[in-house]
Amino acid sequence: MLGTILFAIALLILSAFVSAGLTRFDRASLALGTTGSVIACLTGAIGALMALVRPEPSSFRGAWSMPVGEPHVAIDALSAFFLLCVFVVSGLAALYGSGYLPAYVGKRRLGPAVALFNVLIASMAGLVIARDGILFLIAWEVMSFASFFLVTFENEREDVRRAGMTYLIASQFGVVFLFVLFVLLGRSSGTYDFDHFAAVGGLANACFLLAVVGFGAKAGFWPFHIWLPEAHPAAPSHVSALMSGVMIKMGIYGLLRTLTFLGPPAAWWSTVLLLLGAASGLMGIVHALAQRDLKRRLAYSSVENIGLIALGIGLGLLGQSHGNAIVSFFGYSGALLHVLNHGLMKGLLFQGAGSVIHGTGTGSIESLGGLYRRMPTTAFSFLVGSIAICGLPPLNGFVGEWLIYVGAFRGAASLPATGAVSALVAIPVLALVGGLAAACFVGTFGTIFLGEPRMQLPRAHEAGIAMRGTMLIGSLLCVGIGLWPAGVLRLVMPAAALAGHIPVGLSDASGPLLAMSRVAFVLAFLIAALALLRSALLRRREVTQGVTWGCGYAAPSPRMQYTASSFAQPLLAPFAPIIRVRVHEDGPSGYFPARASYEEHIGDVAGEGFLIPGTRRVARALSQLRVIQQGRVQLYLVYIVVTLVALLLWQLMGAAE
Amino acid sequence: MTLAWDVTLHVGLLVIAPLLLLGVIQKTKAWFAGRSGAPLLQPYFDVWKLLRKGAVYSRTTTWLFRAGPIVSLATALCAGLVLPLAEKSSPLGFSGDVILFVYLFGLGRFFTMAAALDTGSSFEGMGASREAAFSAFAEPALLLCLAILCVPARSVSLGDALGALPAAPLGLSHPAYLAAALGLFGVLLAENSRIPVDDPNTHLELTMIHEVMVLDHGGPDLALVLYGSAVKLFVVGALLVQVALPSPAQGGWQSVGLFLGGQLGLAVGIGCVESMMARLRLPRVPQFLVGASVLAGIGLAALLYRGAP
Repeated sequence: MLGTILFAIALLILSAFVSAGLTRFDRASLALGTTGSVIACLTGAIGALMALVRPEPSSFRGAWSMPVGEPHVAIDALSAFFLLCVFVVSGLAALYGSGYLPAYVGKRRLGPAVALFNVLIASMAGLVIARDGILFLIAWEVMSFASFFLVTFENEREDVRRAGMTYLIASQFGVVFLFVLFVLLGRSSGTYDFDHFAAVGGLANACFLLAVVGFGAKAGFWPFHIWLPEAHPAAPSHVSALMSGVMIKMGIYGLLRTLTFLGPPAAWWSTVLLLLGAASGLMGIVHALAQRDLKRRLAYSSVENIGLIALGIGLGLLGQSHGNAIVSFFGYSGALLHVLNHGLMKGLLFQGAGSVIHGTGTGSIESLGGLYRRMPTTAFSFLVGSIAICGLPPLNGFVGEWLIYVGAFRGAASLPATGAVSALVAIPVLALVGGLAAACFVGTFGTIFLGEPRMQLPRAHEAGIAMRGTMLIGSLLCVGIGLWPAGVLRLVMPAAALAGHIPVGLSDASGPLLAMSRVAFVLAFLIAALALLRSALLRRREVTQGVTWGCGYAAPSPRMQYTASSFAQPLLAPFAPIIRVRVHEDGPSGYFPARASYEEHIGDVAGEGFLIPGTRRVARALSQLRVIQQGRVQLYLVYIVVTLVALLLWQLMGAAE
Repeated sequence: MTLAWDVTLHVGLLVIAPLLLLGVIQKTKAWFAGRSGAPLLQPYFDVWKLLRKGAVYSRTTTWLFRAGPIVSLATALCAGLVLPLAEKSSPLGFSGDVILFVYLFGLGRFFTMAAALDTGSSFEGMGASREAAFSAFAEPALLLCLAILCVPARSVSLGDALGALPAAPLGLSHPAYLAAALGLFGVLLAENSRIPVDDPNTHLELTMIHEVMVLDHGGPDLALVLYGSAVKLFVVGALLVQVALPSPAQGGWQSVGLFLGGQLGLAVGIGCVESMMARLRLPRVPQFLVGASVLAGIGLAALLYRGAP
């Protein structure tokens, strides 16, 4: 199995070099790069599937020595599951990119973009199989930098450069915590090999917090999420699909992997994750509702979904800390399945967003409308993605949320009162987030694809065959997992067992999941039967076309339709205290008002509320240090002399004792 | 043999009984107003009449407009098949069906809202937006009420949860059950577009919620909408009735009678509420629903800290 994965990584890197080399031939470099990544992803996905279905321990240690140990890679169930997510979502994104990027031919060189895309996939695969701290951090940084350059693909735009800087700063902020984490673990165990990492007591607590902040910054836990709504809209859509679909999940992988080093969890760890999950879920979806840019909306929805995953991990830890393996199993398997599901559906939605932007030239939800008839395949895939991401049956999103819900219900029923309260908190949070997500995505889908266009969109056209094909495959996977969840659970179970130290086969949710498939088929049967009944009834009758009932108004215009913002307004009103809305209103006045205007700017509570002002304050405090930087060589020589003398004195004092 | 009989009875109740509830509500309201009112079976006549008509579709719409009524009826029926009705198990129940029960309604609502937005009418968009907002606040209340039933039963299945209820009526056995029954009543009024959340009889599009979403449906589609909302009322009502009046007998004619009596009583109760209360202002509705969640939360706290019955 490991061989297959290493082959896939090698193929990715090779094709990256080839397409980077073909600087003059954009189309050839795109074709070769895509072929390489699609073949590599297919091979890798098959390898990961095999490793999950027929697990056999396989590892590889480099015979050469790096300064701090030998490189070590291996596959276990957790790695294999995340590899599956990486390869499936990346393969689809690469295929989509082959249809999305030709629009840029002649405008900029595609070679580097294609190469970096493949490097990003390779780095994620390498990260997941790495078994020593140094290799892990190298892969992590390659991933961060490759994605930074992909985000700043359209670097002539000022907003893109700003978004890129925000992303770079956020990811380097996170990695500082990871360096400290691995140094602490490495020092306490004397090696950087994951097999020997172990921490207990205070060290474990410190490592847990470092991992939550360090990996949480990549995953997008609130309030470390502020880079997501900047970077995702700036990046090309296939890159957004890859970053939101799998790259942020590397944070989740890192957190789960770190938890395996830390021994039995303290009771408060689960509280931390449940609170972070609830905050990310609610803040993410409320901010998503407030956005008017399609990709920003999707980016905030990723924050929400990461929150759901954190809730699942929190329940897993809760079960572990109370010794309740059932709760732990449902929590971890729900979180892991949601990692895969969210990769698929958010990939699908970002691809749909890409097609809309590609076809109409705008990503502003409020200007669009009525695209269903112009872009039927995109619209259908976006509909599937929307239903899935709202967690509605019978699609895949529901299955993951169902597992987390069952974990919460079982926790509430079987844990002692303090634990039960923590588990119970997850239930209303999941329900409220689900309801808000449904509102958000009905509003988004309805505004973009249904009704009439709100602006003239003469150029609006359907995406090309590669993009449509990718979206259809993605939709098929979403529906497939939803209809046959018991089969997919078999892939999740070993990984969940490893993450939660649960004996394999202890708990099995496949019975209920099969029953769930039965309900899905009954539902499909009922829908088909009712549709047939109606068409039979209408066969010989008069069916006419008319205009929408306008309640007697004689001059309706498409501009009068409800927009995504008006749709979200009654929901946002109760949440006004937690979103930052700045309103500039110049209302109509007098008997014959000549002009009126209304502007609304939605900010981010975490970013504009405390992170950016806080960072500014730190920067201002640190700028005091500039007095020592005078730009004179003589002065710097004095510093060196002073330092050396100080060190010499320190050494002498030490020797004297 | 008994299984086949149980399933037949279940499906029969689910298919035939719902429209009667609408008739009872109308009759009660007529009685309050001093009118004689339409016949009890009027909703059946209405559906029959609509099923025999042709259809007019807006040129703006796509297949989603036609899918709306079908999916919302199909999901309501499916939810009815998952929930036990006057017996201890249901045809499609399983461990974990509690969550599916709630989310099936979510799916139906998704398609109803999409169908409303499909017409491009700002009135229907307004209705969809309000429906989305209020259901988002109703869902936590519903799930918390269900958690009250599930926690003492130590199960995630509706059949087990309802079967484990002590046979004392109206939640007299434990304050948590009283909270669950009251919370469920609030959710029922909101989910089924009843006063004080929505007024099914309003005559101004601007003030409607559910009715304005289906403004453009006519003929067989409107029949499906009407029947679908009756089934939804029946199913959510069935849950409330079984919480408020747990049947002492394990199945059998006695519990079917108790169940139907409870449903009819509930319909009379809804009629009374609709006759005696005014509709809440729209900004008050979320407060009403959050109130239902808080009530359920207090019930859960009572269960966890005072012990289950």
